[in-house]
Formats: sequence, C-alpha cells, structure tokens
Amino acid sequence: MPTRVLVPCGVLGLGFDPAALDAGVKARPDIISIDGGSTDSGPFYLGTGTSKYARGVCRRQWRALMVARAAAGVPLVMTTCGTCGVAAMVDEAYAMTRELAAELGQTLTIARLYSDQSPDQIIAAHHQSRLTPLTPAPVIDETRLAAMTHVVALAGAEQIDAALLTGADIVLAGRATDTAGIAALPLRRGEHPGGCWHGAKIGECGAFCSNEPATGVIMMTFDHDGFTVQAMAPKATCTPQSVSAHMLYENVDPFELVEPGGVLDVRAARYEALSGGRVRVEGSHWHAHEEYTVKLEGAYLAGYQTMILAMIREPRYVNEIEAWVADMLITARRDIASSLNLASEDYSLDVRLVGKNAVLGTREPAQSQPIEIGVLLMMTAKDSTTARELADVMNPYMLHHPLSAQEALPTFAFPYSPASVDRGPLYEFGLNHVLHLDDPMQAFRLKVDEVRCG
Amino acid sequence: MVKLGDVAQNIRSKNAGPFWITVDIFCGDHYQDICAALPMARLAQIVGQSDIRRFEIPELQVLKVSFVRTAPQGSRFDRDMHGAQWAVLFADVSLVQTA
Repeated sequence: MPTRVLVPCGVLGLGFDPAALDAGVKARPDIISIDGGSTDSGPFYLGTGTSKYARGVCRRQWRALMVARAAAGVPLVMTTCGTCGVAAMVDEAYAMTRELAAELGQTLTIARLYSDQSPDQIIAAHHQSRLTPLTPAPVIDETRLAAMTHVVALAGAEQIDAALLTGADIVLAGRATDTAGIAALPLRRGEHPGGCWHGAKIGECGAFCSNEPATGVIMMTFDHDGFTVQAMAPKATCTPQSVSAHMLYENVDPFELVEPGGVLDVRAARYEALSGGRVRVEGSHWHAHEEYTVKLEGAYLAGYQTMILAMIREPRYVNEIEAWVADMLITARRDIASSLNLASEDYSLDVRLVGKNAVLGTREPAQSQPIEIGVLLMMTAKDSTTARELADVMNPYMLHHPLSAQEALPTFAFPYSPASVDRGPLYEFGLNHVLHLDDPMQAFRLKVDEVRCG
Repeated sequence: MVKLGDVAQNIRSKNAGPFWITVDIFCGDHYQDICAALPMARLAQIVGQSDIRRFEIPELQVLKVSFVRTAPQGSRFDRDMHGAQWAVLFADVSLVQTA
C-alpha cells in the first residue's frame, strides 16, 4: 500500500498556503513532516544554540499543523527544531507544543529526539578513531573539540523511525538530515528505498519543486517502484524539469546524496509527467553502506568582533581608496602594536569597500567609479574588551586618516554615534566529519511524554 | 570574447553546506557549446581551488560546478554567508574559442 507524506513547506517559519494544507489533509496522508532548520544562515545559530525565526510566526504555523494533524489523525514530525537542532531548541518546541495543546484541547504523546553530543563524547570518539574527516575537514584536536559550544549529529531515517515507533502523535527531533523526516515512514513500510530517499530530497523544500514555490504544500506518494509528487495548491504544478532540477539544489553532486547508512544514486532515474500536474519518478537506487555513520556539525567561539563603517564621498579619496586603505592599515597596525601591545596573530582587521568590491574582494572583475564608498572595517580579537579597544584605536584613523602627511586632516562621514558597533561573539563551524556508530541510536536519546489536555 | 553570462539562460550559486559552493549553469540551447567552451582551469584560478568538480546534466541542459570555499561560511573572512553572489564571477568568465 502506498505511503503518503504531506510536506507543508521547506522550513517552519517560511509559511504555506492554508487552503493547500487543507487539500493535503483531505488527500489522507499517512504522516505530516516538516523541517525546522538548516546551517544555511551561518554558524551563529549552532554556536549560540538559538533559532533564526520569530517565535510568534513559528507558533502560528505550528498551531495550523497541529490542527491539521488532529484532523488527519496521523503523526506530525518536525526535524532540526529551532534552526540548529540543539536540545534547548527541541525543548522550546516541546514547550510551544504543550501551550498549543492546552489551547486546542488536544491530548498527545510527544517524543523528543536529541542529537546533541557532549565535548567529552566527541573527544572520546576522536581518540577511538571513530571520527572520519570529510572534504574539506577543519583541523581538530582535543583543545578545539573542547571549545565547541555545541556539537550535533545529523539523525537519519533510523532515529526518526525509532521516535515514531514510540507511538508518538508528535515527534520533535533535534538535528537531522533534511530528508530523514520524509523518508523514515515509507522506508519502514517497505517502499522502494531509492524512491524513498530520492522523493525525500525532492520534497524537502516543499513546493520548491513546483512552479509555485511559495504555496509550500506538496504530497509525496511512495510505493514499491518509486514515488509520485503533487503540489497541493490548485494552481501549482510539477513538471519533470521542475522536479529533477531540485536534485541540483544546495548539493555538491547532482547525482548522489550521502545519508546515514548509505548513498542515493539518481543517475538512472526516469521522470514522467502525469495528469493533474503530478510527476512520477522511478529508477533511483539506494546503496547501503556496511558501516553506519552520521555527520557531525559543531561550532566554536572564534573570537569577538566590532565594526566601524565610515562613508567617504570626497572624490580624491574615493579615487585613491586602495592606497588610502593600505596606508591607513600600516599606520594603525604600528599604533596597535605599541599602544595595545597586541601581536599581529592576536587580532585581525578586515576592510571591505562597499560600493567597490565588498562582496567579491580581490576577485571582483569590474572596475567601477563609485560616487561614494563605504569603508566597512571588521575587527576581531580573542576577547570582547580587546575587540572594543581595537575599535577605539581605529576610530580616529577611520575618521581622519590623510592620504599624505602634507595635507589638512580630512573628516569622513560616520553615519551614527558611536561609530563602532559591537558584534559580540563570532562563531565558526569547526567540524566536517562523520561519526561511526555501532547502533544508530548510540549517539541519540529519546524522551516520551504524554500531554493531557483533552 | 563571449562571456558565459551572455549565452547562459541563468546562473545561480549557493552554499552546499558550510564548506562548499555550488554553481548551476542553466545553458538552454547553448548547452553543447558551453560544455565545450567553459574554461575550467580559469574557473579554478578565479575561485582559488584546484579541486573543482564539474557535472554535466544533458537532460536539464545544466552544467554544474562545485568547489570548496576558501573561507568557510560565516568564518572571520567570509563575505557572503549564502554564497549566492558567486554566480556573478561565473557570468563574467570569457568562454574559450572552439572550432
């Protein structure tokens, strides 16, 4: 019997067409699955263990999904809760779910799946050679691993299924692969494995694989031979082109996708247009690996940052901006060494010329003649006090540094006071490794609760 | 010299995880010409990586190029969190002359 997975949109917080969600519920799904995160917004969220989306927005959308779940009478899964998928974000989603259950009068079994790895666990795994670097892998040692503020392992279908098998009405999962929450149920029910993983990849961004991406809602129907995808908004249609093109999206390799436990190969996939804007896909293969590995993500505190933006309009300075920057930096670095007693490896100054090459830097191919330039100076030091002191030393240079010693001091435009902005802690991604497991649940933890509000 | 951006239908770039950028070149009717004329060595030089991966997808008339970021996403010297502006560099690349 086919397995129908309803995907409301690519990530909770992005939004979906309510009418399309209703149509999806009426089409009798076996499960509703949505993702709650990604690394795509940068290392800050994992570094701090926080979410990117506004709570009010997520709450409103989650409420609609809880209502849809009750109407459909099937499980609802959210993977990578709260952008980064750390335990605190899973618990935050749990608190929100409890609040809404009370509001809606729902009695629920809720399973929480935790993906967090303690520094001690990861250091032990490192010593036991259970970490394998991917390309490119940041250099790791005990000191760096101990400095990680958060490490999470990406759960696959096995861990999501373990959570579903508790009989949960709602599964709130920590970090997981984008596909795990979609692939888990059809895989357990014996649908075509290549089809399960391929369909999960196509469906992970909701209606992105259709001509109406903003409507969000799609239905993935999996069976023994492959899968069928259908967008649920009335005007939204999928074509073989729009569906197959999604394999390109945010993927290094358009033909293969590595998941915990194996790799998907779509080279032999065939895409066929069906009536009603649906697309049928068959022919993809799943190759199980002998060893079971999960990918790790980790972020560490890399320093503290301050920034200053100075606007320069005076044509002579705009025309000679590169010479000005070079001279300003040489003079300022001498000052920093003597007045702050900082060695060059203890801090960095990074100038980005807004209007000239702030995005592409030295790779910028165009030679422009801007009327004004924003000089954005990023200062990074090991602690916040030093980062602020750097900004204080740099402030007069950014305001007054002259092109030559023979001229009166210029004064550039600071757009606000104070001119320096504390960016606070800077986090960086510090792991691109897989962790070898003897059992898929070895690095994960489940907690099941009953919430009675009926 | 013909530039890639002059003949391709659309060029998009994006992070593929925090350590890679991937560029999708939607070639349209110029697929064969672009496959033959895209200067890979020059692209490797521009992005600053020798390990630059190229995939041809004739069914979609797409040429895909992936490479490791010189600055990982969000690290101290990264200037483009989502990597979506790298497409501009590819659009500016001159295609090599083919017979």
